[in-house]
Amino acid sequence: MTNSQPRPVHIWLRPTVVWVALIVLGLASLGSAYLPLSASNTPLNLAIAGLMVLLLWLFLMDLVSSEVLVRLIAVAGVVWLSFMFALTFSDYLTRACEDRPGRPAVFGVDQKAHRGTF
Amino acid sequence: MSDTATALREPWPDLDRQREGVSVGIWLFIASEVLFFGALFLGYAVYRSLYPEAFRIAGAETEVFYGSMNLVLLLTSSVTMTIAVDASRRGMRRTVVVCLALTMLLGAAFLLFKGLEYSADIAKALFPGAHFPLRPPQTQLFWGLYWVMTGVHAIHLAIGIGVVGVFALILRRRLLPIESPAILGVATYWHFVDTVWIILFPLLYLVDRS
Repeated sequence: MTNSQPRPVHIWLRPTVVWVALIVLGLASLGSAYLPLSASNTPLNLAIAGLMVLLLWLFLMDLVSSEVLVRLIAVAGVVWLSFMFALTFSDYLTRACEDRPGRPAVFGVDQKAHRGTF
Repeated sequence: MSDTATALREPWPDLDRQREGVSVGIWLFIASEVLFFGALFLGYAVYRSLYPEAFRIAGAETEVFYGSMNLVLLLTSSVTMTIAVDASRRGMRRTVVVCLALTMLLGAAFLLFKGLEYSADIAKALFPGAHFPLRPPQTQLFWGLYWVMTGVHAIHLAIGIGVVGVFALILRRRLLPIESPAILGVATYWHFVDTVWIILFPLLYLVDRS
């Protein structure tokens, strides 16, 4: 190793700091799941998971200093995934059944009678 | 001939460009994996939106201790993998091999905990079928997704452990230059497997805990 290279301790520093942040976020997610937040528990847990993935991808997968092309490919995967979710839910969340308007059809419609119609 | 010189392959003019090539290739693969796992997450989201009560009842039965321990194990393994990549760039062969071995051990520990968790689940008969203990019947959708998602994830992890193990052995025997950018591909795959678990954790283990 030449003198111009960083000392070995430097290669531990950033991953360790990110690891501490990830563990803290993981514990926060676990702890918050036991709080009586009603419908907010799952969105909060998913938001924390999203933040953890962002930290992992930026600093451990090193997207923060990657070439633009690599970042573009990473973002593209997520963008196509969001299209898949948006298009699917634009169908499921807008289905209305005959006896309970606004609710998904599978709740209120006799499946046997309507088999093949949706 | 130095390690740097032997690590450089045709048609790349220098190691930085070669690393970029490896990154582009593995990220294209990861993007396809995002959509593969995304389809499973989408199935989960649709069924959970249709049967929220059944998913609440079913989700309360997962083993949160094993899920949390495995989260810590995989997050730690991502750190050792990152250090291995950085050490590789600096030509620190011993650090690279030790960190890859640690990564592999942490992955194996994950599978061990997963096995213990699966045996606890099977003991409670939480496998979709005629003797499934939970009601309403839609609780089986949650557990069907649980087995498929965690099973596919475990297969990915097992493949990762094998690849990391072979790579560590190759580097230890000096069959590959320590600065070879191939380690980037291995590391990115490993981090992606960790990513999947980060998302699975709240979906499977933190349902109805309050």
